[in-house]
Amino acid sequence: MSKASHKGIKLQVVDDRPLTPCCPGEQPAVSPVNISEANWVVGQLETNTGPVYRVATALDRSDLWGAVKARWGVGRMNYTVPPGLYAIGAPDENAAVLVSANYKLSFDSLRRELSGLNLWLLVLDTNGINVWCAAGKGSFGTAEVARMVGRTGLARLVSHRTLILPQLAAPGVAAHEVRRRCGFNVVYGPVRAADLPAFLRAGNKADAAMRRPSFTLRDRLVLTPLELTSLIKPLSGFALFLFLLNLSAALLKGNPLALLPLLGHTIDHLVPFVVAVLVGAVLVPALLPYLPGRALAWKGLVLGVLWAFAYTALTPGAESWLRNTAHFLIIPSITAFIGLNFTGSTTYTSLSDVIKETKIAFPLIAMAAGLGLIALVAAYFV
Amino acid sequence: MKYRYLKNVVTLQMDQEKCSGCGMCLEVCPQQVFTYAENVSWITDRDACMECSACARNCPRQAIKVRQGVGCAYAVLMDRFKLKGICCKDACRCSLDNIPDP
Repeated sequence: MSKASHKGIKLQVVDDRPLTPCCPGEQPAVSPVNISEANWVVGQLETNTGPVYRVATALDRSDLWGAVKARWGVGRMNYTVPPGLYAIGAPDENAAVLVSANYKLSFDSLRRELSGLNLWLLVLDTNGINVWCAAGKGSFGTAEVARMVGRTGLARLVSHRTLILPQLAAPGVAAHEVRRRCGFNVVYGPVRAADLPAFLRAGNKADAAMRRPSFTLRDRLVLTPLELTSLIKPLSGFALFLFLLNLSAALLKGNPLALLPLLGHTIDHLVPFVVAVLVGAVLVPALLPYLPGRALAWKGLVLGVLWAFAYTALTPGAESWLRNTAHFLIIPSITAFIGLNFTGSTTYTSLSDVIKETKIAFPLIAMAAGLGLIALVAAYFV
Repeated sequence: MKYRYLKNVVTLQMDQEKCSGCGMCLEVCPQQVFTYAENVSWITDRDACMECSACARNCPRQAIKVRQGVGCAYAVLMDRFKLKGICCKDACRCSLDNIPDP
């Protein structure tokens, strides 16, 4: 069926629930997608509950570009798919029903694994948040599952009474409650979408490996761009601070005021800290399993101290003892803080643990950074 | 390989008397905290628990108790200093908000 032939057909599933923002101060996630023209729609299925859009199982260039933008934080809070029922292939009344979130990255990573299969896809309204996060917040929850089952008329569409949910939705969904509310049995599928075909072939059985979230090198680094973009602002502020220090020092010492040398000094002085940010945001995640200790701030600290030593060794005699002191205090503070921050990106840290680590590490980091800044400022005027 | 975090901190508790042995907790736990023996579930690796509360939520007998939360220092600090920042990173479940009863 051509795309033009179903253009303008009213969407079967309309969500009239007020859209609530994910976090205070954030824009509600309103889908910018006109569904009939969406690049991921490849046709339409007539069913006894109305027309259902069929979804492509291959990603195209705009999906990949959208993923790159989302990873760098561009339009990420608004990267959504309209909630509702969709078809993969040509499902019938016996086809399995998968349930997922309406974050476009989640939706894409699911559908790309489903080529050759015939399935129903029930996309919940999770405010454009991925499965695990939405389950933790309750928007991927029992009530939302039951609501969407009712709204889409799923019970009239399929003859069975089974929903396959991602395992990582379990923090938000009570399987026994879903059964009580809408009569459907919840089966928790594998953590990764890539394991779904094998899970379905095995008669909805997940083996032990399918139940463990992976945290591979790629998994650990996938959030690094977002971390880096969030660090651009403070780093720019710090660069300005160093420039002003250079400027004041030149004024005080009566040195000639020339812009280029001032900028040159600023960049020279900025280098160890920029590298520290990269060490924290790239090397800490990359080397996570190999770094000593359990606390993430500690892992960051270890690499920061190593970099401070390396920088001192690379610039022998070039820096005053005050500046070296500043480096040894500030660089490990930066890497330890970024390491501490990485707790939110891992698959294994609990809130109680993180509160404990933060209570110990954060005051120490703040103190070291404060002392380091005093030494740094002093280095310009002594 | 299993990543290890701090020892003896997590809040996970289980009332063995209430367990019906349905095995749901073993199925939903992403950290393999439970094992199954003598027809009931046992907490055998408490330190691995990430307090996601999937087990407690899916226990039909309410035999499991855990403080549900997000292990994210950024969220902890934002909460501590009463600040608002970007949240809901892809892997982070943000917020120390009360989780609505699903």
